[in-house]
Amino acid sequence: MSTRVQTQGRLINRNRPVSFKFNGALMKGYQGDTLASALLANDQMLMGRSFKYHRPRGVVASGSEEPNALVNLGEGNRFEPNQRATTTEIFHGLTATSQNHWPSLEYDVGVVNNLLSRFLSAGFYYKMFIHPRPFWKHIYEPFIRHSAGLGKAPDAEARDEDRYEHFYAFTDVLVIGGGVAGLQSALTAARAGAKVLLLEQTAHLGGRAPVDGGTIDGLSPEAWVEKARAELDAMPNAQIRTRTMGAGVYDHGYVLGYERLTDHAPEVAGPRHRLWRIRAAQIITATGAIERPLSFAGNDIPGVMLASAVRDYLVNYGVSPGDRTVVVTNNDDAYRTAIALVQAGLKVPAILDARPKGGGALMDEAKALGIRVETGAAAVKVKGAKRVHSVCRGVQAGEGEVLEEIFCDAVAMSGGWSPVVHLWSHCGGKLTWDADQAAFRPDHDRAPTSHDGNPFVIASGAADGAFHLKDVLQNAANAGKTAAGRVGVEEADSAAPSGDAPDEAPLVPVWMMPQGAQKKLRMKAWLDYQNDVKVSDVQLAAQEGFESVEHTKRYTTLGMATDQGKLSNINGLATLAHALDEEIPRVGTTTFRPPYTPISMGAIAGEARGEIFQPIRKTPMHAWHEANGAHWEPVGHWRRPYAFPKSGESVHDAVKREVLATRNSLGLLDASTLGKIIVKGPDAGRFLDMLYTNMMSTLKPGKCRYGLMCTENGFLTDDGVVARIDENTFLCHTTTGGADRIHAHMEEWLQTEWWDWKVWTVNATEQFAQVAVVGPNARKLLEKLGGMDVSKEALAFMEWKDGTLGGFPVRAYRISFSGELSYEIAVPANLGRAFWDKLIEAGKEWDITLYGTEALHIMRAEKGFIMIGDETDGTVIPQDLGLDWAISKKKDDYIGKRAQARSHMTDPKRWKLVGLETLDGSVLKDGAYAIAEGTNENGQTNTQGRVTSTYHSPTLNKGIAMGLVLNGPDRMGEVISFTNGGEPAKKARIVSPVFFDPEGEKQNV
Amino acid sequence: MLVITCPYCGVAAEETELHGGGEAHLKRFGPDSSDDDFTGYLFHRENPKGVHFERWRHVNGCGKWFHAARCTNTLEVFGTYKAQTTEPPKDILDTIRAKRPGFKWRDIA
Amino acid sequence: MSDVALALGGASFDGLVKIEELAGQGMVTLRGDLTDKAIVKVVKDVFGVTLPGIRETVFAGSTGALWMSPDEALLLCSYDDAQAKADDLATKLADSHALVVNVSDARAVFQLKGSMMREVIAKLAPVDMSPDAFKPGMVRRTRMAQVAAAFWMDDASTARVVCFRSVAAYMFALLSTAADDASAVNHFTR
Repeated sequence: MSTRVQTQGRLINRNRPVSFKFNGALMKGYQGDTLASALLANDQMLMGRSFKYHRPRGVVASGSEEPNALVNLGEGNRFEPNQRATTTEIFHGLTATSQNHWPSLEYDVGVVNNLLSRFLSAGFYYKMFIHPRPFWKHIYEPFIRHSAGLGKAPDAEARDEDRYEHFYAFTDVLVIGGGVAGLQSALTAARAGAKVLLLEQTAHLGGRAPVDGGTIDGLSPEAWVEKARAELDAMPNAQIRTRTMGAGVYDHGYVLGYERLTDHAPEVAGPRHRLWRIRAAQIITATGAIERPLSFAGNDIPGVMLASAVRDYLVNYGVSPGDRTVVVTNNDDAYRTAIALVQAGLKVPAILDARPKGGGALMDEAKALGIRVETGAAAVKVKGAKRVHSVCRGVQAGEGEVLEEIFCDAVAMSGGWSPVVHLWSHCGGKLTWDADQAAFRPDHDRAPTSHDGNPFVIASGAADGAFHLKDVLQNAANAGKTAAGRVGVEEADSAAPSGDAPDEAPLVPVWMMPQGAQKKLRMKAWLDYQNDVKVSDVQLAAQEGFESVEHTKRYTTLGMATDQGKLSNINGLATLAHALDEEIPRVGTTTFRPPYTPISMGAIAGEARGEIFQPIRKTPMHAWHEANGAHWEPVGHWRRPYAFPKSGESVHDAVKREVLATRNSLGLLDASTLGKIIVKGPDAGRFLDMLYTNMMSTLKPGKCRYGLMCTENGFLTDDGVVARIDENTFLCHTTTGGADRIHAHMEEWLQTEWWDWKVWTVNATEQFAQVAVVGPNARKLLEKLGGMDVSKEALAFMEWKDGTLGGFPVRAYRISFSGELSYEIAVPANLGRAFWDKLIEAGKEWDITLYGTEALHIMRAEKGFIMIGDETDGTVIPQDLGLDWAISKKKDDYIGKRAQARSHMTDPKRWKLVGLETLDGSVLKDGAYAIAEGTNENGQTNTQGRVTSTYHSPTLNKGIAMGLVLNGPDRMGEVISFTNGGEPAKKARIVSPVFFDPEGEKQNV
Repeated sequence: MLVITCPYCGVAAEETELHGGGEAHLKRFGPDSSDDDFTGYLFHRENPKGVHFERWRHVNGCGKWFHAARCTNTLEVFGTYKAQTTEPPKDILDTIRAKRPGFKWRDIA
Repeated sequence: MSDVALALGGASFDGLVKIEELAGQGMVTLRGDLTDKAIVKVVKDVFGVTLPGIRETVFAGSTGALWMSPDEALLLCSYDDAQAKADDLATKLADSHALVVNVSDARAVFQLKGSMMREVIAKLAPVDMSPDAFKPGMVRRTRMAQVAAAFWMDDASTARVVCFRSVAAYMFALLSTAADDASAVNHFTR
């Protein structure tokens, strides 16, 4: 059984007990425990069930590489699935549940898959579920969705209670990893004057060194780490962030750091995670190495663990995974585990060393402690169900003959170490195969390059393949010196502290144990624990022709689980190489992609949630709208009132009321969102002639003109009224959504094409609040306010004038988008609300009515005015809309003119704008198609037009619509049919798009 | 995420401050142009794996359009220069020639 | 004028820094050749400051000038003076190729005061806020979270942040969130 021992436990505080719950049972751990160490201390070796076969699984590793021990963490709004027990620090009140089983962890019916496992081999899903086709949707998919998957998704109603944030940081040298290598690299670079930021994903500095032993400059690694930390802390140019993972390395020195602030202490206020968005001139990856499992039968039975993990649990947390641990290895490092266990008073019945001659100094030390060492030996299989029961010993050179059954309750395995090359590789760093250590390590000649074409990532220590303590420190100092040199600070001193540790004999690569294992054994030898991929699956893939490692990965799902194959990749591709009879480096690795381990969605979103999820643009009158029951419509980032329903009134009724009141008396619209761009200069007229299809240079000061803007493609992109302010100055109104876009469009042409033209622009949209005063009583209202002459004579239709109204400085435009007598009044934005209030107060005698965007849309449609985004969709040219009158024939050129002469644009068969009236007065569906004779080659009904705008007109009390129809303007009076959302087609008559007051009698008063 | 230095304000801006504007040094063809010339201007673009000349705007910054000479393969930025020119400046071409001998882009080599 | 209403009515927040929506900030946009001697002289006449160099600020008491782009400056004065100064400037620049617009109402201005000011900005803007990189005398146009913004430092612990008026509420909530007392990073101060 696994239990807490009385000695060791350097990271736990035995004076601070912590209670937590696992699967409902109350358990006890200590401050400093991870969930995994605390569970082991409570003899909870079984931590989950596997993805595919639902096999019982225990913890294998002690760090972020853990594939098995994934749990659901927290409850309700703090629930999160797939959290690694090995990287979860416990706290008082933590609740965790195991995943992927039903009804319980101990008894899971899904394990039936395990019994069927010989039918569930690689590519099973592809082979089995492809026929018959309809079965997929109705039978296979629902079944698979029910039974597959790891943790469960949070409840749909749950809302993350925590806060998150981003932080932008800039540094000369970023060191990722706070082991002895990272610390030494940081020291070397910082001493030379470089600005250094060091990230360590765990709560502790030092990495493996304090567990693995040896000495640094005569000090214990732990003491040296403390000294290094103190020196870095004292330097103003160095900073250490623990609990912060370097998640990904991206182009041009961009790195995401994932800081977990309160995961271990949820009672602490403040953000839970902080996403560091770092720019570093140089990045040192001191990310260490990960131990590889060995591929023997039963290597996934709970109690089989990495040798380093067994050692970590003992030394760091004072936890023994078992009383009797068999060590299986192909290298010297695992002997440290055996030695540590025996020194702690635990039993190691045998060390099975696959190497014919065994190891070096560490082997001698183990033997001296009385530990039995078998060389050239193999674990043929491990027996047990939910817990290791015994190891069957054979010879590594053989095929699986069992020579001896050794009873034990834990197995510590080591297949050698693989440098963590993920961060080196994220941005294109290449690898080289190190045959001596049977590992890929960074190829220094092919480092990732930055904006200047120079390398910007340097690997340090074990991440660079330097495994022995004395090599680690020198390698790390060199990395620090290189980084300092590249960032241009003074030359760094490459002196490194001397590390001392026993010499080690070389490892012998072992990819299958025993090397000739029969199929029955290979079918129980796991490569990828989380996705349940076995040696036999990879071999089957190779046999079926999957020669590329990327294809094999996808076919077998090797390395595709949430751990991204941290334990399985090298073993998997070595197995593939062996099956293909290829060299490992020729098979290569799959692509390493960020993040290194999963990061929370909250961290990615940062502060962007709730009120600040996205910017909401508000006009100066926004608060009034809010207080007066506005039904909002988003227009770009703006919120505009769609209508102002009164209490008990439907939105539809409100719109109707607003239209009628405006047409009959007086309406008020907040038009502040319309773009207002000032264009000035001796070439301003010439410039606007190029921008608009109309002639703007001939506009007289004091006058307004409606204009159309096209893209160089010829398509209509914006419209609005242009007012000429003086000889050199124009004010261009744009659509609400168009202000920034059109201003950018102007600047682009001025800066990149006509840079010799003398024109300046300023986007003054937000300087002004603008109010449309509309209706037969509009003039009376303005006259009541007084201050300027707004008579027909003084301010005619399509004129503007500066003046005052009711004491407010205003610019009044006589323009109309409704066909009514209408003024648009601009006042400085900070006066907007006061002016608005004054208009409402003064307008009471005419029953002034506030209207929203829907009433605006209806009134413009009644008049046959187009709306950008309704009548246009990026494929419509002005000529389609019958706007030829707004296209100057006198101009040689304007943006879009050449495109409008292309054959497709002049095709008489282009659909053209008409009005549409249903025969029964009902409303056509938005976007409905006009039906034509026959069907196309796909058997679809032919079309001859479509509806672009459709409304119930309160003014005319019937449905009105605009649409683009084939030869439409030549077919006035003709009745055609429109699709009707699945209902029988609707008949409509083609009419003029101007439904109301075609002579303009109402606006020209 | 790229960092490109704006030649107007000197800020080494990350991509979120910038807006990409496609290929640089297009010659505009207007109303009297042939179909081929106009189609070329509007639609035909280089698609190099290697040296490329691009337009960028420092939109969340000084608002200026500028040009960047960049390797689409390694993302190396050889240099940036102002928009008011119809061809890359000599010093940038010299840099590219030194770093990418034999490069070719349209008729620039 | 008593009817003047700021976007947020002078909102304030006290956290890692003190945030205040400033009243009375006048702003005038000048577009023109900032190196044109005639323009420089007129700006000096009207605003009492010389035009700043690239990404620099210049102040003279309550007036000042911020570099916005090679052909754009933002001139600062009191809100009440802005329209008159803009009109005066425009009149005096009648013979120059320049555009002057009073934009005092188009923007919201927030003052950030406190030793953690750099940190609050660094949570929102992709800008190196370390003391050796950003100092009083500099101005930076950038984005803060999802909106365009500009900021400059008045002294070692005071900054002013400008954004468009329509997003004032967003900016204030953004700054207040970043300045939450429990969210200190302690990156620039230790």
